[in-house]
Parts: sequence; structure tokens; C-alpha cells
Amino acid sequence: MNKNYYVKVENLAKRFPGESKGKDLTVFENCNFGIEKGEFVCIIGHSGCGKSTILNILAGLDQATDGYIFMNDKEVSGPSLERGVVFQNYSLLPWLTTLKNVTFGVRARFPQWSKERVIEHSMKFLELVGLKDSAHRKPSELSGGMRQRVSIARAFATQPNLLLLDEPFGALDALTRGMIQEELIKIWEETKQTVFMITHDVDEAILLADRVLLMTNGPYARVAESVTVSIPRPRERSSVIHHPGFYQIRNHLVDFLVSRSKELSGAIQSDSNIQSFTPSIAPKEVDPIAEGMDVQSQEVGTQEQVISA
Amino acid sequence: MNYIAAHRHILISLLFLLCTLGIWEWGSQPPEATKAMSEYELLMGGVDQEARVPPPSAIIERAFDELSDPFYDAGPNDKGIGIQLAYSLYRVLMGFFLAALIAIPIGFVIGMFPIMHKALNPYIQILKPISPLAWMPLALFIIKDSEASAIFVIFICSIWPMLINTAFGVADVRKDWINVARTHELSNLRTAFTVILPAAAPTILTGMRISIGIAWLVIVAAEMLVGGTGIGYYVWNEWNNLDLTSVIFSILMIGLVGMLLDLMLSSVSRWVQYKE
Repeated sequence: MNKNYYVKVENLAKRFPGESKGKDLTVFENCNFGIEKGEFVCIIGHSGCGKSTILNILAGLDQATDGYIFMNDKEVSGPSLERGVVFQNYSLLPWLTTLKNVTFGVRARFPQWSKERVIEHSMKFLELVGLKDSAHRKPSELSGGMRQRVSIARAFATQPNLLLLDEPFGALDALTRGMIQEELIKIWEETKQTVFMITHDVDEAILLADRVLLMTNGPYARVAESVTVSIPRPRERSSVIHHPGFYQIRNHLVDFLVSRSKELSGAIQSDSNIQSFTPSIAPKEVDPIAEGMDVQSQEVGTQEQVISA
Repeated sequence: MNYIAAHRHILISLLFLLCTLGIWEWGSQPPEATKAMSEYELLMGGVDQEARVPPPSAIIERAFDELSDPFYDAGPNDKGIGIQLAYSLYRVLMGFFLAALIAIPIGFVIGMFPIMHKALNPYIQILKPISPLAWMPLALFIIKDSEASAIFVIFICSIWPMLINTAFGVADVRKDWINVARTHELSNLRTAFTVILPAAAPTILTGMRISIGIAWLVIVAAEMLVGGTGIGYYVWNEWNNLDLTSVIFSILMIGLVGMLLDLMLSSVSRWVQYKE
């Protein structure tokens, strides 16, 4: 990985001690990828491949067994306000009002700010997610979609250098999900934040992401492909599906999830025996639109990895 | 009609009360003399040799009497019910708040650090089932002051429910909320005050309610032993005076004050309650 990414993940691995001695359970290993500044990256993979663990390690809430993460050339160790997290279950503090949940984050991020400035800043972000009128309601009085909006407002309001979204719309119905996706694009375009997001939804990934990382199935999962979504922005839910490249990307992603995620899983298991000089296995870079329709027929035969030691 | 429907339970309550009092009143009337008393009977003060539980009417009368001047003080053995209750309340609140002062911080530590839980749990398990009154002789010997010993007994009995509930509430705070604190780089102290305390507050308050209930139960017994002042002493003193009317009246007052104590804490606990 020669490219100078803003966030660099190198040879990341997570293993749990197995039941019998010496036999560790490897969730994923040899994960290598990068995120550029201002880029929106989604990661897709089946349950159990360790996406959430990767996100938690990025957030500093979990520790990797092997490998490193660098952000802005500094190693990531432990949680930091530089990296904001939106959790799947919203994680709002139920005893605080909507506004206080946002000011909670803002005050921690900018302790030197005056009270008025904190409130003004927080209200601005609540307004961005359309919840200005619910500022003084408690989370229990809000619907799931509204709660997730508050959570997004809190994360964006702290203006982190990297925003981590753990399946933020997983628990929402399709209509609400669509609306918040568009709000998310709007805020992202306004703030130009770097975003790393987990999703299960292929359409969501295409709508939001600049690049989609694909993980193989666990155990011994890894990031196998990095798919560029070169559909021009601004994108909208209604128009993005009419872009000529939409189905090329969609088919590529679905095909990966349905068949290749299984075929590729555990493919480089043997490398873990020689950990002292594990090669950096970069994900295969794919741009379905640029490659055109013929990519579909080719890739059955091309499963070899791009190795750059 | 709706108003009556919504308040039917009050009617049933009142009916129940009236029935109980009625039966009680009727049952505690002395039997009427059927024939003229013999000389011996006249000398002994009537046919009825049996002492009777006083009827409710006598108790109501006594209550009216006592409550019209609850704070009179006519020497060590004759004080108004208000003064006696105030002594007991003072001891209970003193012991209770001292216990809270110790139990809540220790509970926090036990809840936050599993190693402390493992280290201290054996002691808690041994000390918790000891009847608070069993401490009394030791307290009297060490403290050498009956007043302070009574407070100590309240302290030792109210500490356990608060300690255990605080530890449980703190240990049980949702991981997500702790993660929110961690991703916002809050210090341990700020996390404790801004996230863990509000999250565990309802559980802690439940512990406090249990504690004050137990403290109020124990103070009566403790004051019977220690003597001097307080509602427990009052009950025992009236028993020695064979004044059962006052005994029953003070039993009712103990119940009433205990209920008020619980109501007070339950209103505080409503205030810290949150809905997820």
C-alpha cells in the first residue's frame, strides 16, 4: 500500500483464544485498506466477518490482536474525539433531552466554548437533521428514525476527523431509512467529513459511498476488494438507479456477497504461519463502470491477489 | 358516573375499614352483667376479670388527645408523641445518611471494578445477614453512648441494601453509554458523574428506599433496648404502664411515619427515573 492514505489500516487481525489450547479463533486477518481525506467509504460483508470489530478498533473501543491503524500518520490507540461514532442502537443518553445529548458531545469536544456557543452550535446541527422542534424532548419520546438523527447530529456536531457509522440505519424501516440517507448525504456534502460506514444494504452503499470495501466470510475474513463507485455526485435515491453504471456496480457487489465472499474466504489462511513477514495483501481494486460489462465474465477466473510486499 | 367508577377502590377501602373497626368495637365491649354482682365481685371491680384490647373509639379519642398537643414535654417519662417521633426520625435519618455517604461511593467502586467486587464480596455476604440488633452490645461497649449506638445500629442496617444496589446499578450501566463517554474522551470522574450516576440513579434510589424501610423497622426495636426517648421506647413504656390504648395508637403512628418516609424517597426516585 504505497498510497499515502489519511487513514491506513495495516495487516489488521483479530483473534480470540480458542477453547483448546493454542487453537485461536481468527475472526479476520491481513486486513489492509486506506481511506482518503474527505472520502466516504462503506464496508460490506456477511455477519460474523468482523466488520463491527474493525469499526470498534478504528474507534479505539476494541484492540486488534495484530496490525496497526494510522490516522494522519499517528497510530490509533484508544478512543478519541478525533473519531466520532454513530452506533447502530443510537446510544443516546435517555435521561438527557435531544439538545442536551448533542451539547454533551459538543461540550466534550470544545470545552473552552461558552454555554451559548455550545447551544447555538448544537442547534445548528439539530436543524440540519430536521429536529429543531424536538430539541427539548427526551429520546423515549422520539421514533427510532428521529433518535438516529439525533445520534448523527451529535456525531457531526463534534466535527471529528473521521466519522464511524456502525450500520446506522439497520434498525429503521425502509422509508425512514431513505429519508435519513439523503439527510446524511446533505450533511456530508456540507461538512466534507471523512466517513467509514458499515452497512448490509448494497443500494445504500452505492448511494452513499465513494468506495465500497468487500469482506470475505469469517473466520479468516479479510478485505478482498475495493470497489470504486464512480457515479457522479450529487446523487439522489430516485435518480441514482437510472445511472447506466448503477446495475454494473450493484451486480458486482451482489455477486460478491452471494458467491465470491464464500469462495475467497480463508483463501490466504496459509500465510498466517509466517507472520513475521506477512505480505501486505491489498484488496483488489475494482471499478465496474470503467471496466464495463465485460468485467462480469472475466472475474470468475481472476481470483489471485495483488501482492505488494 | 365516571368519577365514581374511577374511585370505586376508595369506597371498597372505606367499607373494609368500617367493617374491621365495627367488628373490633363490638368484640371489645365488656359483657353486660346479667345478674346483680356479689359482694366479692363488687370489691374486685366487676364481673369481668379479663383485660380487654381497647376498642377503636378509645384509640381515636386518645389519638385526638395526643395529636392536639404532640410536642408537650412533662419530664423524662411523659413526652408528646411528636417529640418521640422526632427523636426516632433524627436517629433514622442520621444513620441513614451516614450509611449513604459510605455505601454509595463504595458501591460505585465495587460496581466499576470487578476485582473489587470479588475482593469485597465475601465480607459483604457475611456482614449483611447479621441482625442489626446483634451489633448493639458491641456498639454500646465501644461507643459508650446509647444515643450514638442507636444511630450506629441504623447505620449498619441501612448500609447493605444501598451498597449492593449501587454496585449492581453501576455494574449494569449499558456498555453503549460507557462507550459514548469513552469516544468523547471523558475522564473517569466525569464519566462517573455525567453517565454512570444518572444511569444508575434509579437502582441506587431503590436501594435507598429499601434501606430507609429497614431502618425504620429497626429503630423501634433499638429504642426498646436503648430506652430514654424515641417511639420505640414510647411503645415499650406504655406497655409497662399497661396503657394499651397508647400502644395501639403509637403502632399506627409508626406505620404512618414509615409510609411518609417511603413516599418521600419514591418521589425522589420518580425524579431520577428515565425511560429508555
